[in-house]
Parts: sequence; structure tokens; C-alpha cells
Amino acid sequence: MPKNNEIKKVLVIGSGPIVIGQAAEFDYAGTQACRSLKEEGIEVVLVNSNPATIMTDKEIADEVYIEPLTVGVLEQIIAKERPDSVLPTLGGQAGLNLGMELEEKGILAKYGVKLIGTSAETIFKAEDRQAFKDTMEKIGEPCAASQVVNNVRDGIKFTNTIGYPVVLRPAFTLGGSGGGIAHNETELVEILTNGLRLSRVGEVLVERCIAGWKEIEYEVMRDAAGNCITVCNMENIDPVGVHTGDSIVVAPSQTLGDKEYQMLRTSALNIISELNITGGCNVQYALHPTSFEYCVIEVNPRVSRSSALASKATGYPIAKVAAKIALGYTLDEIKNAITGKTYASFEPMLDYCVVKIPRLPFDKFLTAKRTLTTQMKATGEVMSICDNFEGALMKAIRSLEQHVDSLMSYDFSDLSKEELFAHLEIVDDRRIWVIAEAIRRGISYETIHNITMIDNWFIDKIAILVEMEEALRKGPLTSELLKEAKRIEFPDTVIAALTGKTEREIHDMRYENGIVAAYKMVDTCAAEFEASTPYYYSVFGSENEAAITNPAKKVLVLGSGPIRIGQGIEFDYCSVHSTWAFSREGWETVIVNNNPETVSTDFDIADKLYFEPLTPEDVEAIVRLEKPDGAVVQFGGQTAIKLTESLMKMGVKILGTKAEDVDAAEDRELFDKILEETEIPRAAGGTVFTAEEAKEVAGRLGYPVLVRPSYVLGGQGMRIAFNDEEIEEFIGIINRIAQDHPILVDKYLQGKEIEVDAVCDGTDILIPGIMEHIERTGVHSGDSISVYPAPTISEAVREMIVEYTKRLAKALHVVGLINIQFIVMDEQVYVIEVNPRSSRTVPYISKVTGIPIVDLATKVIIGNTIRGMGYEPGLAPEADYIAIKMPVFSFEKLRGAEISLGPEMKSTGECLGIAKTFNEALYKAFLGAGVELPKYKQMIITVKDADKPEAVDVAKRFEELGYRIYATRSTAKYLKEHGVEARRVNKLSQESPNVMDLILGHKIDLVIDTPTQGNGDKTRDGFLIRRNAIETGVYCITAMDTANALARSLETATDTLTPIDIAKVKTI
Amino acid sequence: MKAFLILEDGTVFTGTGIGSGKEVVSEIVFNTSMTGYLEVLTDPSYAGQAVVMTYPLIGNYGITPDMESKRPWPDAYIVRELSRMPSNFRSEGTIQGFLEKYDIPGIAGIDTRALTKILREKGTMNGMITRDENYTMEDVLSRLKAYRTGNVVEKVTCREKYVLQGKKGAALQKKIALLDLGAKDNIARSLTQRGCEVTVYPAHTAAEEILSSGCDGVMLSNGPGDPKECTEIIKEIKKLYDSDLPVFAICLGHQLMALAVGADTYKMKYGHRGGNHPVKDLKTGRVYISSQNHGYVVDTERLDEAVARPAFINVNDGTNEGLEYVGKKIYTVQFHPEACPGPQDSGYLFDRFIDMLD
Repeated sequence: MPKNNEIKKVLVIGSGPIVIGQAAEFDYAGTQACRSLKEEGIEVVLVNSNPATIMTDKEIADEVYIEPLTVGVLEQIIAKERPDSVLPTLGGQAGLNLGMELEEKGILAKYGVKLIGTSAETIFKAEDRQAFKDTMEKIGEPCAASQVVNNVRDGIKFTNTIGYPVVLRPAFTLGGSGGGIAHNETELVEILTNGLRLSRVGEVLVERCIAGWKEIEYEVMRDAAGNCITVCNMENIDPVGVHTGDSIVVAPSQTLGDKEYQMLRTSALNIISELNITGGCNVQYALHPTSFEYCVIEVNPRVSRSSALASKATGYPIAKVAAKIALGYTLDEIKNAITGKTYASFEPMLDYCVVKIPRLPFDKFLTAKRTLTTQMKATGEVMSICDNFEGALMKAIRSLEQHVDSLMSYDFSDLSKEELFAHLEIVDDRRIWVIAEAIRRGISYETIHNITMIDNWFIDKIAILVEMEEALRKGPLTSELLKEAKRIEFPDTVIAALTGKTEREIHDMRYENGIVAAYKMVDTCAAEFEASTPYYYSVFGSENEAAITNPAKKVLVLGSGPIRIGQGIEFDYCSVHSTWAFSREGWETVIVNNNPETVSTDFDIADKLYFEPLTPEDVEAIVRLEKPDGAVVQFGGQTAIKLTESLMKMGVKILGTKAEDVDAAEDRELFDKILEETEIPRAAGGTVFTAEEAKEVAGRLGYPVLVRPSYVLGGQGMRIAFNDEEIEEFIGIINRIAQDHPILVDKYLQGKEIEVDAVCDGTDILIPGIMEHIERTGVHSGDSISVYPAPTISEAVREMIVEYTKRLAKALHVVGLINIQFIVMDEQVYVIEVNPRSSRTVPYISKVTGIPIVDLATKVIIGNTIRGMGYEPGLAPEADYIAIKMPVFSFEKLRGAEISLGPEMKSTGECLGIAKTFNEALYKAFLGAGVELPKYKQMIITVKDADKPEAVDVAKRFEELGYRIYATRSTAKYLKEHGVEARRVNKLSQESPNVMDLILGHKIDLVIDTPTQGNGDKTRDGFLIRRNAIETGVYCITAMDTANALARSLETATDTLTPIDIAKVKTI
Repeated sequence: MKAFLILEDGTVFTGTGIGSGKEVVSEIVFNTSMTGYLEVLTDPSYAGQAVVMTYPLIGNYGITPDMESKRPWPDAYIVRELSRMPSNFRSEGTIQGFLEKYDIPGIAGIDTRALTKILREKGTMNGMITRDENYTMEDVLSRLKAYRTGNVVEKVTCREKYVLQGKKGAALQKKIALLDLGAKDNIARSLTQRGCEVTVYPAHTAAEEILSSGCDGVMLSNGPGDPKECTEIIKEIKKLYDSDLPVFAICLGHQLMALAVGADTYKMKYGHRGGNHPVKDLKTGRVYISSQNHGYVVDTERLDEAVARPAFINVNDGTNEGLEYVGKKIYTVQFHPEACPGPQDSGYLFDRFIDMLD
């Protein structure tokens, strides 16, 4: 069927801010799909509230709206742009829900717009629990016994008929939010109550528990003519019970015979046909480990995290093909972009093995429960490819960048056998390490299998790795043994540690014996057809097939690895734009990265893609083959920066700012010297290694002080200490992870926080804009609401900031990007920190100023000047509108995580509010972050003493807005004394009704709870209030500045917002 | 144990010997299926060939009852890695043991992707697997050049005819004559499951015997080798064509029917072997993913349109995948609707065949 020519203008809905369960994979899918639509001459209107995405670039769509993803805003955009179609299947669950709401509310009919890519009926049949069950029943596809309930009583009644344990799945939520397994009535009531609240439609599915079955997924595609194919299947190593996003996943399935494989494949095709899906779809199965019994777990009628993984694992561009199908093409009309010869109507055949490991945030949230359940907790993931499973697992482990490089990295050797058995029962992110230890102790496969239900095939593979550890430890290290160790991807460092040799010795022994990495191509067809796409992975013991190229100029771009809190999608944005800029300048580009969710690992971004871990050894092998003229590290976050020294040792030229200048910015003494020379003030401080030294420095400076490790991103481990005890605690935490670099202790100044990104060509600088944070210092910049242009600083301060930026960029010999954070206190400007590299705010400031910073920085790196590119050095003229970046958190997904804001970053994503006025921008930003208030107009205030005076003002503003204010004893007393009609509620420890009953009673919009001074909050009262608020879906604010901003936004709330087309914003 | 795979073009791969230790010369072909190694091993169409699996991890679920005939047929088996510990609730043994039992040699631990690329670029060629380190290239190459697959149908067909009853409880009781040219078991199973009684005949059965058996239709199976070697069988098939019996043919059967009516076949560069080949039904425009295993193909350039018309083509390379015979109830396909291994998408063709009976 040829293209439907009635489709001319399509509105594509993005997925919004990055949250756990909905991450960068949708930027990848959306970007690919938009490019695919534009290729077909379609006018693309894009809406996504997330400014850190590539899909919101004006090169990707014709009209770009970085606006809140609400039905109201979408209606306004539809009214303004009058698209003929809406494509809702690329924006994850958020996009699909919006598409559904547009349909339900009659907005599509009103404007004569049709849904493409899927129909409302399909979404309903796949997403509504009962409709889905009925559909499956109709075509004879088994589901686990289940019932949809709307209240707790029915849930208990049904469970009593099928027996515990049961799985609870709220309808229409992200990443399984609010779901879980209940083993008894108490757990059932708790999880069910919460789930009912989180579900958009107040429905929860209570289901027979099939935990322990094999979890298998199929990625299926179908066109309007009814042709279906499966792109790939995947097997979760963790059996049913762990969310697939948190499971270690292997592709293709390893333990299924053809009979099982085809049985499930046929089922998946029957389902996609019955649901009448046109595009991509993910079907998840539970397969009984010792029979052919299976159950359909769920179907996602859209692109998903799994489809991104399947695309990267096979080379089959699911989103691109889905977009073409939406336009009416059939699979046999769409070319296979990898081979360029065959068509999309085939099934990829892999001749390698792919392993994905989730990146979990427990290094950030020390108090959070590590247990993995049906509710996803991972912020990102890594993927690796190898021709054997053991190797793929080893490569994925070291790609995580969590100080793990082998199955020995978490040490369980001091556990007793009983303790070890107890640990095997725990399902958390360290399970494979526990299994490895169990194997070392001689515990049988059967025993391990019976406890974990992990298939023996995988246990045996772990055993092979453990046996290799032993063989290396025992020696002697023959070339044969080394060859075998490398075949299963033991890194040189681990071999060195096990054999008592140095890494250098192992390295040299390898090269002397010709044991070097070779590169194979991901070609979708197991070499059956010639492929033209240079997408490579490494193996040992094979022939190299990576094409040797000798272009005039070749650059190595180092990616940023898995998405984690503090190093998110922004760095992928920078890597991709830098790659594109190098390409435009005629350079051959080579990307190395290991994150399957990102745009940078799409096969047509760079000239060559190496899907590899970002460690010195892995990168060196690529460098030896590619011989790049230079490497660029300033765009790939800390991951890339950390490789600088190794790259230099390999003889690779670092393009842009030199390594010693990067060091100068991080090294306390060197940096102090620079500040002295440039006469720029900073908070007094010192460099320490131990708690004793830290206390001494703190004593000298006076508390509070800021304590932080150097060379980290996202303020990891950064805290404000108010006394000696806390110093000891924090230094202890920092030193739990081996520290090569010193710890910094600074006097904590409370003032306005200002952030600047700039491009420097060695002589001149260009500052696209100055951003001001709404929260005072003490809240990490990534967690602060950031406003452009800075609204409250004086002209003098502005000039000072520009001047200091200039001086610092020059002193550090910056060529490329620099990011500086300042404190403004009493009209004085202090430097907090300087990062001579790209930052989190680069995509945001690029979009709102229209200045393509990464592009300019890249050109500067290869020798252009700011003036030469037509820009006037200095601070660019301010835009005539306000853009506000709002952090977005995923606290509800992380049981037990502390949510109060501090110097360590906690947000997972961001959204943008852009408008002509500050207030409208602020309102949009809150709305984009999902704060849709007011609902019940009731709130709770409980603040520390220091915040009480400010709380009065905030409370009065909310009172004006019609809010009823509840407060705990001392706050209530203070508020009342100052004229606020606050109602006192009992504390947690007091009898009901207390503050918790109020929160759990669903009648509260908002909790303002500032943690007790000194970070102590030892009572855990505040912690429990905040956690319960979050888990009940109540918006919770922990800084007074945020509270003020929210009040201000609500005061100006209006139904008629003005959407702004970013693509039409004039470039300054 | 070190083993060598030596190709006609002089390439040598060094790996580890698997299965039996005997030396073997055969035609090397590759199969891209990711599952179903056991169905591949027991598919009689591989007689006279050595199979390379492009998927690197083989034997993960061991030996299960999923066999397509009573024994493995390839001359040799070539893999990247054999699983040392199969894991499946139905597993009864290892590939290693299975190959040893049937005296089939093989080689593991070689770069199967590099080998596949050679076969793709230079075309299917002969090769030798040996554990003798002292081979002389000259000697090996002359043996490789001399190797012919020969008339392998002879080797794989059944010796005596036998009857398989239709599945109990199924309503329909049509009688089908299945000419066993090296049939995979699932062809007969697909028919018996649909309620047919299937009489399986040896490949060299005279057409008269089948025509006089009172069957409602004839099924021609898959099988190994060059179709043009089957000159005697082709003559008998021509007689079946001339009768008014409905015929459904798969793979070799499809090629023999085409040859019987005067069409031609030719050897493809490296064939189609795997479970991911898209075939298009020219009547409906629908595309199905099919299981395939063939090195020869019907030449449609030299097909008399008054006799037969293309019914299916391969979406990738446009080669013929099926024929519909004009004025006859004869329908033949190059791919494998019986699957095993591979997608079950085209199983509906058995229903279509049964609809043609009467």
C-alpha cells in the first residue's frame, strides 16, 4: 500500500520529562520517527515539555512546542497549527494517554484530526485491563487469573478466591508505578490502596502471581495490510517478579527451544493482529519453566524501552519503520536501512548475543530499598554485544560505571553459608554477584536455581566466569589461558589483579600474542547480506571486519554511558550535536557509547558507531584501529572526561580545552591560584582527605560548611554539614567508595545562585544567557528551578558575572564550552565551581536563546572563532520572553528514598516553561512537571524554625488562593500568631487523626516540609511525612523558595496559555 | 582436540573437533536460524551437506523430542560454541553426544561469521573437516573439487510405505499420499492434525501405485540435493500432473513438479536457509515470514505461463517461492509451511490444500 497522501501535517507527542520508567528511549524513538516523517515530506509539529531532548530541536521538526503535556495545551496547539493527524505512539505511556484523552474529550473530532499509528480502540483494548482480558480470551490467549478492582474490599474478596501471593498492577501508570506483589492481606491493603490512588482511572488489576516463571518479550511490527513480523525476542534473566526495566535481559532468548520460541511468536502475531495495531508493539510473556504453559503479561501498543533495546540489539529501526507504517506504507515497501537492499518485512537474525543491565540509583539514594519488584527503579541501562554470553555480561558490567568490573566487585566472601542463603533470597541489583559467591562456595546449581528461579543455563555461565577467576588465580598465565579469559571479556585490570601482574604486563602479553579485540558488524541478517552500516561490537579471537578508513580528519566522540541522576540525556544531546557539527565540517566521526536508549547510539548519527564499554582498555582497542586525529571529551559528561588521561597516554590529541586546564578547575590548589590571579572571590575553604582534616578546616571556617568530593557530577556525595558529627558521617560515606581525589570543604554561603554556560575560542567568549535559580544556594543546581534571563540581578552584578566568566575562561585556556556557577550575596559575586565542559543546561539555554552552543563550541574546537562565525563576543542580547527550567523527580518509584533537596542532585529530568511573562512561564513549568493544582485546596505546612517567618508569607498567599492550611504544633502556633488561620494537626507520633491520616485521606494538594536544620531530622517524622506524601501522589516541597514560586504560579493560573513555537523564535 | 575446516578456496579455519572424529568432505552451507538447531540437524534436506549455524550459541536447550526425522542427516556440523550444559525441562542429552552417536563429525570454536561471509561472497563451496594436522593442501583441494552431493534422495527416503492415521476426533478423513523425498515429519503431522490419513510412499514409488490407491490428494515433500538428479522421480511426477489429483508440493517437491512440466531450476549462489525469509503471496499481496532451506530455485524466466504462474516471490531477492498450475489443482511452494524450525505463519497453506480436495 503506498503512502496515504491525505497525511500532510502530523502532530507528534513526546514523552515529557525523564522519569524512572520513561527515559531517553523516547527521545531516540521520537527523533528517529520525526526524521522519518520529514524524509517523506510531512510537516511535523512536535510537542514535548522536555528541553533536554534532540527531538525538540528545530532541525528535527518544523514547529516545536516545548510546552506542558496536558490536554488543554495540546488543544491550543491543535487549534493553532491545525494538523491533519496526531501520532501518539512515540511518546511512551504519557503520549499514548494524551492521545486517548484527546479522543475521549472529542478534541480530535472537533478539529477533524485523526489518530495515526494506532486507533483509540486499539489503545483501549490494550490498556484497559478488562478490555484486554476479554480480547485475549476471545482469541484464546491465556492470561493469569485476574480481576480489575476499584476498591480494596473487592481486591480482598477476589484474592481469597485465587490465593496469595497476588500481583497488583494499577491501570495507566508509568513503569508499573504503584504496583507490587502482596503475600498477605496487610500487604494487599497497603499496595492496593496506593495503586488505586496512582491510577489515572482508579483501577488496579489483581492477578495470580506467576513469579518465578521465565519472562520473555517479543517486539512485533504490523502494517495496515496485516503483514506482521517480530523484530526480536528477549529473555529476562530475572524471572517474573522483577520489572523488565530492572531485569538483566538477554537477546535473543537463550533457553527456549524452537517450539517455545515459535509458540510465543505465533501468539504475539495473533495478539497484534487482533488488536489491529499498525506500528510497533511489545508483548510480554510468562513462560512456565517446566511446561509449555504461558500467560500474556501485558501488551504495549507503542514504541517502548524494550523496542529501543530491540532496535539497538538488532539494528532494526523500529520507530522509523513505525512512522512509515503510520503514513500508510506496508513493510515490504520500506527498505531495510542497514543492508540498503532488503526490506523491513523480514526478521532480524542475530549472530551475537546482547545483554542489557539496568543502571539503578542506589548509589544516590542510600536509604532507598534495593529490592527489585514489579515497580521499575532503574534510571537508565547499558547494553553490550559479544559473540558469547559470558563476554556480553562482563562488558555490560563494566559499562555500568558503578565501580564494578567483574563478578568479584561486590564482596560477599565474609558471609556465612546461612547468611549467603539468606542473601540469595533477596532480589536486588547485586543478585548475580551473590550467585557468583554461592558458586565459589560450592553451592549446587539446583539449590541456587530453586531459590532464585534463574535458569541453570545462566547459572552455568556465571560459573564459567567464576572458574576463570580461579584458573587465573592459580596460573600459570599461558597465552592459551589469557586468550580464553579475553574471549569471555575479562578486562586486563581484573586479569592483572588475579595473576598478581600489572595491567601493563597483561596488556603487553596480549599484544605480543596477538590477543586483540576485533570488531564485528551488527547487520540484522547474520551476514547473509552485505550491510553498509558501520555499527560495530568487539570480540576476541575473530577476524576484524571494521572498515579501515583514512579520511582527512577523523574525530573520536566519547559518549556519556548510562543515564543516571546527575548525568542525563543532556550529555547525549551534546554528544550528538557535536558529532553532527564535526560531520558538517567534513570530519569523519566515530562514536563510542554503550547506552541503548539514546540518539547517539542510533546507527546513522556518526559515520561509525562502536557499541562498547567506556573504559580505557575498550577505548584503546578502538583507537588503535581507527587512529583518530583527535578525541573530544567535553560533551560526554564525567564519563568522557574521566578518559582524558588514558587517551593522552594512547597518544590521542584531546581536542578543545586541554586536560591540564580541566584539572586546574578541579584541583583545589591550582584553582585557588587561578582565582587569586584573576581576582575572583570564592567561599573560603580547604582540601582534605580525612575527617580530622575536614573538622579542622570547618573549625577554621565556621559551620555550616559544604563537603564534597572532587571529579564528580551531579553533586554526588555533596552535603552541607552543620557540626563535627556530620562531617564524620559525610566523609565516611564519601570514602566508602575509593577516592583518588581529595575532598573539598567550603564555607557555605547562602545567596542567589547564578549559572552561566559560555563558548570560548581562546580569545573571546560568547555567553548565550545568564540563568538564575529560584532556590537559594544549598540546593543542587540540577534540582533548582532555573530562570532565563536572570530576573533579579542588578546590572552591576550582571557585568561582574560576564567579566568573571571571561577571566576564568581565559585563565583556564578554554577552547569550547565552560559552565560556571556563581553565588550572588550582597551585590558581591563568588564563584562556586567551574566546569570546562558541557553542562546540564546546554540544551535548555541553546533552545531558549536560539544559539546553537554545541555547534559553535565544536567549530571553535576545530579552529573557528566566535567573531568568525558571525557572533559578537560577550553576553548575547536577552530574549524577549522568559524560559524556566523545572526539575522533575521520580521519588514515588524509590521506596525509602529521602526526597528533601540538598546539594546532591536527585532529579531525574526536567521540563520547560516558556512565555512572555515570568508568571506564565512559571505556571507552565509547574504544569509541565505534573503539578496540576489546585484540586482540594488543602495543604499541610510543617517547617523548621528558621523557615517559620517565611512560612507566614507563603501561608498567607495560599490562604488568599482559597487554601485551608493544616500545620503541626509549633508551625501552627507560629502561623496563628502571625495572622494565618492554620489548623493544628497531631504529629505522627500522636493519636489519630494525625498528619498522616490527613495525607492518606487524599484530600491534600500539597505538603510544605522543610527538613530540620542540620540535616539531622533524626526523628524520621519529617522523612515519613515526605515519603507518604510522595507515595500518595501529593506534591511535596522542601524549600521555601520553591513554595513561594508555586504560590506565585497559582496566583496567575489561567486556562489560556500561549504556546510558543521554539522553531520560530528568532535567533539572536 | 584440534580440528580444521578447509574450504575449496584454500581458507583454513582452526577449531576444536566435536562429534565423531572421522574426516569428512561435504558441501558447506549456512543456516541463520537462532533456534531450532535440532530440527535443522534432523531435516533430511541437509543430507550431503555440512551445516554452519550462524547463531553462535548452539545446544543451549540440549536434545529434546523435537526431531524432524529419526536421525541427524548433515555430513558435518559447524558451530561457534556448543553449550557445555544444556538447560531445558525436556532436555535428554547434549549435541556432542548426539553427533557421536550418529558418527557425525564437526568443528566448534571457529569464526562462523567470517566463514558465512566467505560463502556469501564466493558462493556455496565444498569443504573438509579433519583432525589430521598433517593434511596436504593439494590433496585436500583435489578431493574437495571432486565432491558431488549426488543423488541423496535415495539415502533419505523411507524404504517401505506406511500409513499415519488422522488425529483422533478430527472430523475430516481425507486420504493423502505423501511422496517422501526426504520429508520432515511435520509435513505429515500438519496433515494428520487436520484429520487426514497419510500414506507415506518411498521416493521411487510408481505414479500408478499412488493413482490407484484411491487417495484424495498428493503431497510432495522437501528433500536434499540437486533436483535435476531426480530424473526417474520427475517422470512419475509428470504422471501425477497429468492426472486430476490435487497436488501440494514443498521445496524439492515444488522443484520436481516444475521440472516435470518443462521448467528449469538453477543453483543459487548460497541459497536460503533460515527462519526469516519474507515471501509475498502474489494474489493477496500479503507477506509472510517463512522457514526456508534450499540451494536450488525454479527459473521463472523459462516458465510457460500457460502451464504455471508464480504464486509467491521472495521479497528480498525476487526469486520464485511458489507456483500455481493453470487448469490444475496443483499448488507448490519453495518455502516450508510446516515450519519446524521457524515461523508458523504459512501453515494456512495446508488448509488451502485440504480445501482443494474433493
